[in-house]
Amino acid sequence: MIRMRTLEISVGAFVLAGILGLVFLAFRVSGVVVGDTSGNYVLKAKFDDVAGLRVRSKVSLAGVTIGRVAKIGVDSETAEAIVTMEVSDDVDNLSVDTGARIQTEGFLGGRYISLVPGGEDQLLTDGDTITNTQGALVLENLIGDVITRLGSK
Amino acid sequence: MLRYLRLLGQWALDWIAALGRASLVWFWSLAGLPRRGDMTLLIKQIYQIGVLSLIIIVLSAFSIGAVLALQGYTQLARVGAQESVGLGVALVLLRELGPVVTGLLFAGRAGSAVTAEIGLMKATDQLSSMEMMGVDPLHRIVAPRLWAGMICMPLLTLIFNAVAIWGSGLIGVGWLGVDPGGFWGGMQDGVEMWDDVGKGMLKSVVFAMVISWIAVFQGYDSTPTAEGISVATTKTVVYSSIAVLALDFILTLVMYGEFK
Repeated sequence: MIRMRTLEISVGAFVLAGILGLVFLAFRVSGVVVGDTSGNYVLKAKFDDVAGLRVRSKVSLAGVTIGRVAKIGVDSETAEAIVTMEVSDDVDNLSVDTGARIQTEGFLGGRYISLVPGGEDQLLTDGDTITNTQGALVLENLIGDVITRLGSK
Repeated sequence: MLRYLRLLGQWALDWIAALGRASLVWFWSLAGLPRRGDMTLLIKQIYQIGVLSLIIIVLSAFSIGAVLALQGYTQLARVGAQESVGLGVALVLLRELGPVVTGLLFAGRAGSAVTAEIGLMKATDQLSSMEMMGVDPLHRIVAPRLWAGMICMPLLTLIFNAVAIWGSGLIGVGWLGVDPGGFWGGMQDGVEMWDDVGKGMLKSVVFAMVISWIAVFQGYDSTPTAEGISVATTKTVVYSSIAVLALDFILTLVMYGEFK
């Protein structure tokens, strides 16, 4: 029979290996960030079409990810989509006329929101709504338009 | 005609009775407060069930991760999306292959051993002599093995996933030359802590409970002969594998399915 001490040490190492596995999965694989002291602030934007955009989609400025989509809802009065975004505090100098466009990553990639800097002096603050927006380009609608136009000729 | 109906009835009654006995074994071994010396018993079982399963788990994890990276790379490179290989491998492993393959290996490596051990104890009257000495075999023999199984399998799944993903990275980035930024970055973008890692681990906890339960009960309930033990060991592996695969489908349906 193996000695109790050796046995306990190997069990301890086994449990430690399991915990290390979890740490690896959390930080290296799913990219959990701990101790991210820079907080987030919330911006909203109304789009006429957000097809393909999902919660946790990227929000980027000049191609750099600065936030994530937190919530997607619908405004039943105007039939518009309301997208709530969490943007990092590092980028707190967005002007009120900042534009938001929904773009596609690559040809078949996921949708993300691209912010286009504006020129006003007044800045967007927590909870503000971006009004200058451009919704998703839906390829099917575009093809449909072309076909109906060709047909009406 | 009636004879067949009677056979069916007998079979169903036997099955229900076995399920009842199994539930009693499960309940009575987990019921009751821990006593002095329980920890020692548990550590011994964790060593037998968990530590000794490490080699097969690590080896299979590495080869599965490596093979997934190779196969994924060949297919994805045709459309120029070889960087997604990291995300694909990670999702497949975390959600499905990790818990399921670990469960199957665990049933074969540890479950069968537990059944054989308890079965032999029963065949050599060790269990009944324990009862004569006033020691509850459910508490002393069955409970530590149940707990050890439930502790070890999630840990083994974590190790399996980590090693497999690391292996796929080694092959994908180190050998096939996928861009490391795209490989790990794409993985971190697409993998969610709860949705992928958490739900996969939940699966593994469920599998752990079922496998250890089946293993312990088959040993405890085996016919105390050489043949009986061999039948019980086979049953453990077969039932556990079927249970893991069937439960995996159900759990996937419930956790990831569209219907709510």
